[in-house]
Amino acid sequence: MTKIVAVTGNEAVANAFRQIEPDVCAAYPITPQTELMQRFASFVSNGQVKTELILVESEHSAMSACIGAAAAGGRVATATSSQGLALMWETLFIASGFRLPIVMPVVNRALSSPINIHCDHSDAMGARDSGWIQLWSENAQEAYDNTIQAFRIAEDMDIRLPVMVCYDGFIISHSIERIEYFDDEIVKKFVGEYKPLYPLLDIENPKSFGPLILTDLYHEVRKAHSEVYKNVPKVVLKVAKDFEKISGRKYGLFESYMLEDAEIGIVILNSAAGTTKDVIDDYRNKGVKVGLLKPRLFRPFPYAEIGNALKHLKALCVLDRADAFGGSFGPLYLDVAASLCNFDQKPILINRIYGLGGRDYMPEHAAGVIEELRKIAKTGKVKSLKEYIGVRE
Amino acid sequence: MMGWKEIPPGMVILEPGSALKVKTGSWRAAYRPRWIEENCIQCLLCWLYCPDNSVKVKDGKREDFDFDYCKGCGICALECPGKKGNKAIVMEEEVK
Ligand code: SF4
Ligand code: SF4
Repeated sequence: MTKIVAVTGNEAVANAFRQIEPDVCAAYPITPQTELMQRFASFVSNGQVKTELILVESEHSAMSACIGAAAAGGRVATATSSQGLALMWETLFIASGFRLPIVMPVVNRALSSPINIHCDHSDAMGARDSGWIQLWSENAQEAYDNTIQAFRIAEDMDIRLPVMVCYDGFIISHSIERIEYFDDEIVKKFVGEYKPLYPLLDIENPKSFGPLILTDLYHEVRKAHSEVYKNVPKVVLKVAKDFEKISGRKYGLFESYMLEDAEIGIVILNSAAGTTKDVIDDYRNKGVKVGLLKPRLFRPFPYAEIGNALKHLKALCVLDRADAFGGSFGPLYLDVAASLCNFDQKPILINRIYGLGGRDYMPEHAAGVIEELRKIAKTGKVKSLKEYIGVRE
Repeated sequence: MMGWKEIPPGMVILEPGSALKVKTGSWRAAYRPRWIEENCIQCLLCWLYCPDNSVKVKDGKREDFDFDYCKGCGICALECPGKKGNKAIVMEEEVK
């Protein structure tokens, strides 16, 4: 049984938290995540969940408390945005290094300076090499669905890694959309009972977390850690298959939209993919063979699968909602380009930066990119490899 | 030496007390503590504060230092209340 409701993205994710009822949540409020934790806090104070909600003085403490609680043996969740994620940075690596399956929605917001509360992806992109799995979500339904699946993925005994669920601040977090909620029982059954691995509270079997490891073993520890990420895509697909059985909704490592017979294509994350798909529909009606790839599993990046899905194109634009200052290209572009670089046949690639600090991404922006790609596919000539779009001169 | 395939998830150490195998006393620099038994009131604060395994306790009573684990940090000497203001632990220069 499902219930159809009209709620914000934050409300949907808070409801997923209520249905899953983690043992511990330690969180600090930050716009645009605040509404999510505020709603969850009322579930706690109304007695609807037995979660231990720890109110801390900063995000560094929030993640530290989550690490402690997860090492103790609890199912643990938190949420953050922007500067909050930046403040957690040091401890993110400890959570993944300890292999603690913490789940954290990241409500994407621009980083300071200048201070800005609106959406871009610079926060999560800054944490992309922290060892956390990242699932990205186009809309509130995907944010809700990904949050539920994230617990199963994180807690899979083959990986045991923390997961971020990313969705766009305000655009998704604060807009009301149609959502299908599961019955509580279905969610509880889907995530199952939490099985801790090496819980510190099992005092019959004392153990230590966080040893000092120097030149004699650190290199081996990191090699072992890097191997774990190879298991992630398999687990993500297994969980997606089980999820399809209860929801009828299909999830993969990424979404392909009209890509198979396409000659030109766009790669784009999160909410802007929705706008782009609408514009693609218009162009398809005019006979233009354009398609889209929307990554869902961004970390670990499924190089082989994404390279294979894009290699047949003539021209491809990767749209980044974050810049990499002083680097060559935007972060999404770099991974897509690396996925394609070893194929003999591959598209001409361009990188466009859009929507920073909540700047609207409009249908005409997508149309402009498609027009440019058509020209590149026809002439083989590229005017500029990387450029901002939707920017005033 | 351990190969990467033998590394346990999260590098969690499942063997209790395995720190005893690492004799950190080799780090000790300039000073070492000396226990003066007649000033000792057996409060065990030194055992509580010592960051390693160098204060030995048997049947609830303090025994002499185990220098295999003593780094010479001096915390025990600082915390020791001693008897009537006379410290039961003093730090002395390490004789090489
Ligand atoms: S000097 Fe430091 S390490 Fe040595 S016994 Fe005292 S407290 Fe322990
Ligand atoms: S702290 Fe001083 S008085 Fe107390 S047990 Fe240790 S040596 Fe004795």
